[in-house]
Amino acid sequence: MAIPWFKYASPASFYGLAGRMVPWFTALAIASALVGLWIGLVAAPTDFQQGDSYRIIYIHVPAAWMGMFVYLVMAGWAAAGLVFNTRLSGMMVQALAPTGALFTFIALWTGALWGRPTWGAYWVWDARLTSTLILLFLYLGYLALRASIDDARRADRAGAVLVLVGAINVPIIYFSVRWWNTLHQGASVNLQGSSMATVMLTGMLVMAFAAWMYTLAVSLARVRAIIIERERHAAWVAALPREGSPAGG
Amino acid sequence: MKPRHKRLAIVGCALAALAATTALVLNAFEDNLLFFFSPSQVQAREAPADRAFRVGGLVEPGSVRRQSDGVTVAFVITDTAKTVPVTYRGILPDLFQEGKGVVARGRLDAEGVFRADQVLARHDENYMPPEAAHAVEQAKKAQRSLAQPAAGGPAK
Repeated sequence: MAIPWFKYASPASFYGLAGRMVPWFTALAIASALVGLWIGLVAAPTDFQQGDSYRIIYIHVPAAWMGMFVYLVMAGWAAAGLVFNTRLSGMMVQALAPTGALFTFIALWTGALWGRPTWGAYWVWDARLTSTLILLFLYLGYLALRASIDDARRADRAGAVLVLVGAINVPIIYFSVRWWNTLHQGASVNLQGSSMATVMLTGMLVMAFAAWMYTLAVSLARVRAIIIERERHAAWVAALPREGSPAGG
Repeated sequence: MKPRHKRLAIVGCALAALAATTALVLNAFEDNLLFFFSPSQVQAREAPADRAFRVGGLVEPGSVRRQSDGVTVAFVITDTAKTVPVTYRGILPDLFQEGKGVVARGRLDAEGVFRADQVLARHDENYMPPEAAHAVEQAKKAQRSLAQPAAGGPAK
């Protein structure tokens, strides 16, 4: 199947494609989050050491994965934007940033709430926690930089450079628990397998899937708003049916 | 070379240079990025003597002793090669257990005892239901009782 990449690199045609995909991803996100939460909070047993407090992993781990992954996707779009000079790339970076920041914040916040009863401290300056905090600052820095530049295309380019430079932080976060002594435990899940009971792992993976679907749904919905705003002088936007008009939205 | 190939090359080179710089910087700061020292490092005098630092490892089984005042506790941190004796006054986290991970912050006194002012439990990456943990424990015990007569000494 040939995907017409260049057709969909144009904001005008991507606007429609995104609009058709949003409801599907929204439905998948809601369905998988319900299933994941049921597995995590009802079906999964307690942990032999931590009791019920381990259940934070059903939010914490998917949020932390998404926080890192969204940043890599942003970096990919940023590189594409710098190389191909496409307008849609900058819009996608802009649309993904708030969601990535949200997930990173959730990961830090839930981690702190878990750390207090488990480790005995809300926060420690170990390599994993500190590099994740830097990731949150990179997201916030990107959003602040964008907000400070009025010209959208210039903001795209400046933001792309910031995002690409910050991308070096993501492998540091991921491997920090292996490279250095950290208070944070090592990875429970990697390509070789996992050190978790199957039902616990299933719940976590379903929640991770829900986080993916949520990210796709909200970032595509957001990029539609960004496209409309930035292309508002284009003829195709003027030709769109007005919401609430008899022609229908 | 088309302009976009040139831009691709520039972005690629810039990222490679950045990655190399970061690797060198992280390498140079290696020691400062360690959250804790292991007992082996402490015994080899790699830990700072003049300021507070952290020691991490496992709580040696059978080493935890509570003093008569009720709040002071003494235990031994081990990395299975070397050990560091620790004393601590205060409340221990729930996950503090013999044989489990721990990180203590404090400094060494003249006798080589680590006087901790903070003790954190270090969780491992294993998650399982209590019944499974019990089964694993039983299996280990069975293995140990099989191995002991042959090895002629206490197994790890």
